[in-house]
Amino acid sequence: MSSLNKSPFLQIFLSYLPLLILLFSVFNEFDFNYLNLDYFSFNFVHLLIFYWTLRNPDYLGYLSIFFAGIINDVVIGIPIGISSFCYLLLCSVTAYIRNITLTPNFIKDWISLLFTILLINSIQVIILDLIFLIQIDYMSYLINSGFTFLFYPIFFLIFNFLNEKISKQSND
Amino acid sequence: MATGRDDFVIAIRSAFLKKKDKQKFSLLTLIFLSIFVIILSNFNLKVINVIKSSINEVIYRSSFFISIPENYLKNLKRNFDDHMSLYEGYNKTKNELEKLKQKKLIDDFLKIENAKLRSLIDENIKSNEIFAKVLIDKESPYLKSIVLNKGSRENVKIGMAIIDGVYLVGQVIEVNYTNSRALLLSDLNSKIPSVLEPFDIQAVISGTGGNFGIIEHTQNEYEKKLDESDVIAYTSGLGGLFKPGIPIGKISKEKSGKINFFSDFTQLNYVKITSYKIGSDE
Repeated sequence: MSSLNKSPFLQIFLSYLPLLILLFSVFNEFDFNYLNLDYFSFNFVHLLIFYWTLRNPDYLGYLSIFFAGIINDVVIGIPIGISSFCYLLLCSVTAYIRNITLTPNFIKDWISLLFTILLINSIQVIILDLIFLIQIDYMSYLINSGFTFLFYPIFFLIFNFLNEKISKQSND
Repeated sequence: MATGRDDFVIAIRSAFLKKKDKQKFSLLTLIFLSIFVIILSNFNLKVINVIKSSINEVIYRSSFFISIPENYLKNLKRNFDDHMSLYEGYNKTKNELEKLKQKKLIDDFLKIENAKLRSLIDENIKSNEIFAKVLIDKESPYLKSIVLNKGSRENVKIGMAIIDGVYLVGQVIEVNYTNSRALLLSDLNSKIPSVLEPFDIQAVISGTGGNFGIIEHTQNEYEKKLDESDVIAYTSGLGGLFKPGIPIGKISKEKSGKINFFSDFTQLNYVKITSYKIGSDE
């Protein structure tokens, strides 16, 4: 009965949904990374990549993450390759966590996210400020890292729900 | 101890080199590729510039099309807000119009007088204007810039001024074939030579990354003067990129040192890309 309800279109759509969300967030003008609010911003793309490459890497390929980084750099106007490099570093941390973890644990993931975000934002600051001599606001990076860390549980629940839907569809 | 280190090395090697079924490239390959791209983008070679320009063209256009629904919703909300405040806006505009009519009479006289004086010292300012549509105004916490739909095909050049109405909003920093990127005055990297009137103080207006600018490289005692009255910042024309007298922003007495830009950078739809030629006729 369940196989009768199975829609191939829905299955394909859901399997590409994480990728579509990633591309939509880097292409679109609306950005959680810049909400025009004082002392509030968070990096949605980092959360998306962290969750999916950690929990279900089959739905978010490294090559597409690399291209998403290139697109993000062009759209926001920073030297090409920086975001790709940072996104891939995020992926390498999640790949490492996946390899050393037998049973996934939310709290451990959350704490690893904090260290990872601090690391990749520091690398981004070093590349932009010291190599490309682009003046940047350190405080906005710090605030961004803080809120990205704090918002992870909310997006974890949303992505978990989505992940279950995708797995259910593909197992039907 | 050795086993622990071995486990760590195996986990790292597996993370960087192992390709899963659906991953076509290993992480290490892509990380090296991104480093290679960062290094290449630093070289000012013609081939790299052409490739960079082509990537920009494709991505800017795609981003513009993908943002259409979002921009439509934004405009809808703006129109609704305007509609709701119509009566209040009408009364305000009526009063302002009356004041401006009176001011215009004085300004017309000053314009004629200014033209006469410029002709006496044999100086004229020629400007070349190109109207452009804002394709993308995606701002990041790090860079404040906009992408315009005019590029080298329309003779846009790096350094040209971006004007919204009569107000300065930024300058061109990157030119592709059909589009260009302009750095807004609010960006941390924006530095504009300016003059603070009515005190005639030379200064540099720098962006802060927020919605306001600050004054840099000026007289030490300028702050005392700012307490006396409101100050308007105009371009000084130093450096030769901009003509003198383009309004930039206002410093209120209450907010000494903070420049509120005249133009609202979040509402830019169409702007003028302008270059100036200052000098005598010959």
